[in-house]
Amino acid sequence: MKTIFKFLTVILATVSIISCGNNGDSKKQGALTGNAAEKVYVAPGEHDEFYAFVSGGFSGQLAVYGLPSGRLFKVIPVFSVDAEKAWGFNEETKPMLNTSHGFIPWDDSHHPDISQTNGELNGRWVFINGNNTPRIAKIDLTTFETTEIIEIPNSAGNHSSSFVTENTEYVVAGTRFSVPVPQRDMPIKEYKGNFKGALSFISVSPEGAMDLKFQVLMPGFNYDLSHPGRGKSHGWFFFTTYNTEEANSLLEVNASQNDKDFIAAINWKKIEEYVNGGGGKKMPANYAHNVYNDETHSATSTMKKEVLVVDPTEVPGAVYLLPTPKSPHGCDVDPSGEYIIGSGKLAAELTAHSFTKMLDAIENKKFDGEAYGIPILNYEDVLAGAVKQPGLGPLHTEFDGQGNAYTTFFISSEVVKWKLGTWEVIDRKPTYYSVGHLMIPGGNSRKPFGKYVVAMNKITKDRYLPTGPEVTQSAQLYDITGEKMELLLDFPTVGEPHYAAGCPADLIKENSKKFFKLEENKHPYAIQTPEEAKVVRNGNEVHIYMGMIRSHFTPDNIEGIKVGDKVYFHVTNHEQDYDVPHGISMIGANTSELLIMPGQTETFVWEPKEVGVWPFYCTDFCSALHQEMQGYVRVSPRDSSIELSWSLDGE
Amino acid sequence: MRKLFLSTIALLLLLLISCGKEKTSNEAADKAETKTEQPAETSDPMKDKGIGPVTSITLPDEIDQAMVTKGSEIFAQKCSACHKPDKRFVGPAPKGILERRTPEWIMNMILNPEEMVQKNEAAKALLAEYLSPMANQNLTEEEARAVLEYFRTLN
Repeated sequence: MKTIFKFLTVILATVSIISCGNNGDSKKQGALTGNAAEKVYVAPGEHDEFYAFVSGGFSGQLAVYGLPSGRLFKVIPVFSVDAEKAWGFNEETKPMLNTSHGFIPWDDSHHPDISQTNGELNGRWVFINGNNTPRIAKIDLTTFETTEIIEIPNSAGNHSSSFVTENTEYVVAGTRFSVPVPQRDMPIKEYKGNFKGALSFISVSPEGAMDLKFQVLMPGFNYDLSHPGRGKSHGWFFFTTYNTEEANSLLEVNASQNDKDFIAAINWKKIEEYVNGGGGKKMPANYAHNVYNDETHSATSTMKKEVLVVDPTEVPGAVYLLPTPKSPHGCDVDPSGEYIIGSGKLAAELTAHSFTKMLDAIENKKFDGEAYGIPILNYEDVLAGAVKQPGLGPLHTEFDGQGNAYTTFFISSEVVKWKLGTWEVIDRKPTYYSVGHLMIPGGNSRKPFGKYVVAMNKITKDRYLPTGPEVTQSAQLYDITGEKMELLLDFPTVGEPHYAAGCPADLIKENSKKFFKLEENKHPYAIQTPEEAKVVRNGNEVHIYMGMIRSHFTPDNIEGIKVGDKVYFHVTNHEQDYDVPHGISMIGANTSELLIMPGQTETFVWEPKEVGVWPFYCTDFCSALHQEMQGYVRVSPRDSSIELSWSLDGE
Repeated sequence: MRKLFLSTIALLLLLLISCGKEKTSNEAADKAETKTEQPAETSDPMKDKGIGPVTSITLPDEIDQAMVTKGSEIFAQKCSACHKPDKRFVGPAPKGILERRTPEWIMNMILNPEEMVQKNEAAKALLAEYLSPMANQNLTEEEARAVLEYFRTLN
């Protein structure tokens, strides 16, 4: 009997391996076991449950994915030109990329954040920071287009950005580098004590208009990340700092000397009162404010010449420094607003400060010195607790709304789930590999939707088919509904996915615009009907007022253009239906495709250099007769006397 | 021991069953397959009301001139890219259309062109002839009615 039993046990083991196993390839286990595939499968024609807005890092854009499928829907052009959307190529959007340094076709986008009401996501806008040439952009979630970009003066490496306060009163942009303010010619080695770190508060009107309201000029540290207080701590903003050593060279050694750096706590309501009462100092500045209008389908760029700066030492009780171990990166506030989590990159533990204890320490003046006149609180007095031995290289924490926090660990390549209040580690799961930030939809708001966490990795190595030395960027999706996390999916992303914001699809999709109404089109060169199509000469400048509909242009034959002319094609799409864009391309033009949405007008410039008859055509496959959607422009010599004429079908 | 033996077999069976079960998600596919009913076709175009929101309409004898003005403006803005009043262009000319089609068919063609060119025999024949599908210009029912009134003046 014993033998039979043994025999059966062996069979049992074998069967279970064969039927449920994965050919013994241990690397693939995890994601393929259980019903992971089913959990991320969104059937053809079905919609995802969440939108994920994932920053494009050095691509300068913002990518839109669905969760749980990980499918890419759109790359929203923000800080970089984008041929697919003609962003920065057509005349209407060029002003969006204007800065005090001129037209900048390419930046580095980092941290998207969704607008909030009462600390909860409202799905109206996404804000994102341009890191290199400091800017904040606002993306309208009815059109999924960037509609406003404001440049940040006195800032450099706009990294501790772009996070919104509880009612989207402000979107905040903190400098990473400290710099001379105002900029001036001075020796670099005189950095210490002379450079400043500007923390900028950009007000957002109920309609969404941004305005740089004030900048707090902080000591010359590096400001890494930030988050607003919420609930009880609403009215405060917290910024992690590093390089409190104020080193100006070999920071990897010289900025890692201090045992503790700081989290700077800013009482922005107090500073707001101060500036509303006339406080602060106006200083000369030069920064661009670019606004896109959905009625004129055009952007304008205005240079602003002044900024209001605040010296924190002149607003008593507004700014404090909370000692936090070892060059903290993430600065995250839990949904209740009580805990401020500092992720000391080089620290052995994860630090949680208590907002209540902070207020108490402030009230009882339990200070431990000051830095440039800003009081430093005592570490032990503000500490709520610490997660011991959580992993190596903590970076960023989000929350599930069930009392749990999830922190990424870059060096040990893992996501760790731990409990707020008891600080115990509940679970840890590896990431592939070297995770940076993570995202739970609403995970940095008062009301997280704690179903999934997305980890954004820095290294992918062997996880995908190789594509030469440069491999895909990637994210990973984990189910966090259980006690233990479950890895469900790897999916490639546009590089580099620094940070993301997620939102239930229902908050956004109902408001998504389907087309622009023709009668609301106020573009100065729009034509409401094909009857109005015309060609107008003004010196060597020629303006073509053109219409398009399936499947022809009006006009499609144009004569009287001359070599040396500057020809503007202003093209209005007369379709009034969902998903019927048309494109236009003209041989020899610097643009290859203007994709024009129904009811919209866009413009490109063509400077013909040779005599001849040159074709243009529709570039977006629009109908069965798309290949017929074309036209000709006759270009005559510079001194030709041929008059301008235009027609469609001979009329 | 026998008990243990039996329970081991039971466990083994259970394992086979649970691992063999392959749940496929066919729900969505099923949904996509559902068909809408084909409306009854009529060979007489003057009885064919088409498919769409307009099921019955009575035209008063008197033509409403205010409506005609409005209709001709809408036609110029939203339709004239493809239709000329009295000659074939990208699409057919509306001249005399009320002698060829019912008012309901005309309005449904304006308001619901996608379904019309897929399901209505007369509309299908027009697509085969003209090849460019009628565009949905998202007119309101009231606007389509005004365009119809304008068509009444095109004889």
